[in-house]
Amino acid sequence: MIIVVLLFQILFIPLFSPLLIGVIRRIKARMQNRQGASIIQPYYDLWKLFQKDEVISKDASWIFRFAPYVIFAISIILPLGIPVISTISLFSFMGDFLVIIYLVALMTFILALAGIDVGSAFGGFGSSREMTITAITEGAFVFSILPVVIFTSSSNISSIIVLFQSNSINGLLPLSLAFVTFLTVLLAESKRFPFDNPATHLELTMIHEAMILEYSGKRLALVEWASANKTLFFIVLGMNLYFPWSLSSNTDPILLFYSFLMLLIKILVVAMFVGLIESSIAKFRFFRLPDILLTAYILGVIALIMVAL
Amino acid sequence: MFQFTKVAFTKPTVIPESILASVEDVTTIKEKLSRNILDVFNGSLAIREVDAGGTNAEEHELTSLSNCFYDSERFGIHFVASPRHADMLMVTGPASRNMAYALKATYEATPSPKIVVAVGDDAIDGGIFKGSYAVYDGIHNVIPVHFQIPGDPPTPTQILVSLLHILEIIK
Amino acid sequence: MMLLIQSLIFGAIFLFICGALSGIVLYKKQKIAHILGSGFAIIASAFALIASLIGMISKTDIRFSFIGGEVILPVTMKIDSLAFFYILVISLIGLLASLYGYRYMKHYMRDYNLGVFSFFYNLFLLSMILVVTASNIIYFLFVWELMSLFSLFLVVFEYKNYDTVRAGIVYFILTHVATAFITAGFFILYTSSGSIYFIDIQSSMVSIPSMLKNIVFVCFLIGFGTKAGIIPIHIWLPRAHSVAPSHVSSLMSGVMIKLGIFMMIRMFFDVMPTPLLWWGIVILLLGSASSILGVLYALAEHDIKRLLAFHSIENIGIILLGMGSSLIFASLGQFVLMHLCLVASLFHTLNHAVFKSLLFLSAGSVISETHTRNIEEYGGLIKRMPYTALFFLIASIAISGLPPFNGFASEWITYQGLFQGILNQTLGIKVVFIIAITSLAFTGGLASACFVKVFGITFLARPRSKESKEAHESGWQMIIPMGILAFFCLIFGIGATYITGFLADVVDKISPINSGSELWTTDMGVYLTQSNATFYNPLFVFFAILIAIAITYGLVHLISGKNREIKDITWNCGFEYMTPRGEITATGFARSIILIFKGIFRPTKQSSIEYVDANSHNKYLAKSKTVVLNTMNVYEAYFYRPVDRGLRMISKRFKSLQTGNINAYLLYIFITLICVLIWVRYS
Repeated sequence: MIIVVLLFQILFIPLFSPLLIGVIRRIKARMQNRQGASIIQPYYDLWKLFQKDEVISKDASWIFRFAPYVIFAISIILPLGIPVISTISLFSFMGDFLVIIYLVALMTFILALAGIDVGSAFGGFGSSREMTITAITEGAFVFSILPVVIFTSSSNISSIIVLFQSNSINGLLPLSLAFVTFLTVLLAESKRFPFDNPATHLELTMIHEAMILEYSGKRLALVEWASANKTLFFIVLGMNLYFPWSLSSNTDPILLFYSFLMLLIKILVVAMFVGLIESSIAKFRFFRLPDILLTAYILGVIALIMVAL
Repeated sequence: MFQFTKVAFTKPTVIPESILASVEDVTTIKEKLSRNILDVFNGSLAIREVDAGGTNAEEHELTSLSNCFYDSERFGIHFVASPRHADMLMVTGPASRNMAYALKATYEATPSPKIVVAVGDDAIDGGIFKGSYAVYDGIHNVIPVHFQIPGDPPTPTQILVSLLHILEIIK
Repeated sequence: MMLLIQSLIFGAIFLFICGALSGIVLYKKQKIAHILGSGFAIIASAFALIASLIGMISKTDIRFSFIGGEVILPVTMKIDSLAFFYILVISLIGLLASLYGYRYMKHYMRDYNLGVFSFFYNLFLLSMILVVTASNIIYFLFVWELMSLFSLFLVVFEYKNYDTVRAGIVYFILTHVATAFITAGFFILYTSSGSIYFIDIQSSMVSIPSMLKNIVFVCFLIGFGTKAGIIPIHIWLPRAHSVAPSHVSSLMSGVMIKLGIFMMIRMFFDVMPTPLLWWGIVILLLGSASSILGVLYALAEHDIKRLLAFHSIENIGIILLGMGSSLIFASLGQFVLMHLCLVASLFHTLNHAVFKSLLFLSAGSVISETHTRNIEEYGGLIKRMPYTALFFLIASIAISGLPPFNGFASEWITYQGLFQGILNQTLGIKVVFIIAITSLAFTGGLASACFVKVFGITFLARPRSKESKEAHESGWQMIIPMGILAFFCLIFGIGATYITGFLADVVDKISPINSGSELWTTDMGVYLTQSNATFYNPLFVFFAILIAIAITYGLVHLISGKNREIKDITWNCGFEYMTPRGEITATGFARSIILIFKGIFRPTKQSSIEYVDANSHNKYLAKSKTVVLNTMNVYEAYFYRPVDRGLRMISKRFKSLQTGNINAYLLYIFITLICVLIWVRYS
């Protein structure tokens, strides 16, 4: 049974992240009063991209060629340390929250380098904007998880969740504030509204998309899949960290199945929230984004002070 | 699997008028179009539209393909921002001289297997600009074109019907 | 054992002196002087390195006094674990920089004298090693001054360049102001304890009133802080480090500024062992300010060495975060946590020495090939200088604090120390720790943004100037030191567990407590016993990443290995003329951040237009338009220039006393005599 848990931790996010993207697109389409693509459309997109040839720029170096593999690899090993359906985890040494935050930062670093590598203007300013947003998001990210860390005196995600499950009433208000901060960080890191429009064609408005304009074929598939993985990973992390009561603590199959269903429901709730936001508000002007992120950071500091009192 | 790499193209195939006029309502061909895209392109057709100096009439029609009435997204068709991400190039306009290099660069930048479709009468033989010093009288004089959709401009329904026909030919 | 270490150390001292003498004696024959000078420096550094390794492993202390020296200069040396650790850092970087310098300095052979350079270089390394061995005041001040002077001469080595000399003058003034403060602090300690030996001062600390201790603290903070490069007394650092030859910059940035930190640790933990609470709070706040402001100013720079110098200020800020929190815990009596934070501080010292030296050495390679320090003229160098690019990339990832390299390991431990600060302290101290964590979190993000900019614009995309198009890879004498340092970046990151074990023993010797070593276990990685579950095993993280990359590569090639990859030009919307002007520039890259933080930067924009026909009133045809984007130097405008103006005003007033008239001077002497007689009569 523990093998099942292990397989889930490794395979759940890569297998379900295109489905998440499909669901969000479908929600957006429905809100625009049209039918929209099927929810398994992203799987078709990825499979087709793996079949195509690639066109690579003469100016690109080995960084451009290797970046997609590294980014995808990191997006797969990120969920190893967090409990996905069960708090029993063989790889809890990967679960220190600082390791997670800085592995995400490593993904962004390498993707930004790949964006500059081809020497086009789009990749360059895409990297510039991406790194600016990431620089300010880091602070908010640390402070969104820090209240929970201080609340449970532990910095390992699995242990935090175990301790949180047993003693959660005291921290309800500050941890809700921390969750709001985390939602902002989720939107910022997944490059969704109001930070970036993932479906735009206008290069001047792109942040994440601008860096991948040059990729094609299998490398494009890897980069897009890694981005979807990152989004799903953030949702799973947020839901399991702040609402961990449905996680099973042993390997009983019934409990595992129940925990898996609850996880799907939690993901669906967040997906609907993201779809709603994308259909209701416009993308913010770039220089308003630090304001949002710094507000999120301040909410995190308030949550931290409330917890630490 | 991609199947059309086996087919060789020598001359652009024009979609006949009879096919274009055959269908009034998109819903009748919905099933066939989805199935064809599933068979030929693994369910996902990425289109990049290039305007080679046209009147923008065809652009309007192509843009309205993604509105909530025609909704091409439900068939698995989506428009992409970069030719590197595209399978099919939809080119409009009579290939003006200023856009010739850009058009060639776009064609080179698209990874194979790729299809080029010229949309509109201007793109087939110059249309109302035919004979002008500023145009090349049709896209096929600049880059190899596989299919041509006549009409000035073709309605979105006619474009979708033509796509269906194209996919039937490729299969 | 002791004899072995002693002979190695004295052998090193002797060889450094030989190197210096050979430089100055043979200065007419530059080639031989250069070979001998570099060779002696390399061998002497190797001796010192072996000595420090043996000393740290065998945990011996060396004490030495020069008999009969009190007449001229009392030489007493005490080399304990902390000193061995610093000698390790100095000699490791010294060894690799000397090997690098052998090839690098050949570019200077025509215009400047390499024999003179060898003289100052060997003595600079020697004085740095002697500083950490000092155990009495006079000897310490003597070697400290020697170190400042020799480094000054190395900084102004390219004296034909006016900016270099100006930078040297600023460095000279500030370092002597710092020495004045240090001397004042030591003077107070001498008068209140009656002895110049550190041991005696340490034992008489209990009887010194707090007021004096506070004054000594402030003097030492300003004095050693100037050497370390704390904001706002940092202004010499970017100037001096950018004009010095590259391997000297790496030594100064990687090692010399750490000596300021070393003396702070020596003074505040060892010699004055009962710190007060506000000391730690001040250092923590200064560290937070230094780290954030350092990295922000680095983002605005386009001179590659000034940029790296500002990053040194940032990392000194991080080291001070560790030291400040350690002082806070020491003053509250929580010695286990004090050990934790001090280990974090020392680990970051080691890591910063390694990756900052690597950065400066690779920057030096690039500069020697392209003959410019302006990153806007680089580009595409990854294809021309692949090894330099690879090592610079490793150092960039390390300095941004990204796993699995060493920067992340030491930042992780620093974070853990700061978290402990929040867990069990009073509210006021909690707020200070929250400020510290904020600065550490934002610093990490901003540093990675800066290094994406530097690495991307220097090495990636297309060349922006003729020299970049024709650059060649550096020689093996320059690549091997860089490779060794990059290897250490990785090893110190993966082996963080063992290194923290070593450092815990070092800290144990400074202020021994019984339970310090229980903080770490090596089977689960770095493991904190204070909290419920906090551990980090760097080895597993590294292998997880490698295995995942291998699996990804294998699977992808299984699926789509038969697809082709065609080479084409970059997609730029089909624009026909693709010049390097179409790429992103460093100015453009950093402009977003500068505008976001415009309160700190005070950016200015000036534009001027030149018209085709200047005389006519036809303002429609412009020939060229120039836009100058600038950021204001806040410290100089608001602090140093007003101080400078104030001093000049005061001096002008006093100038009226110097009339040049001998009668006036006789009057001054007479008045002074009367006053002294009255004072003696009535006291």
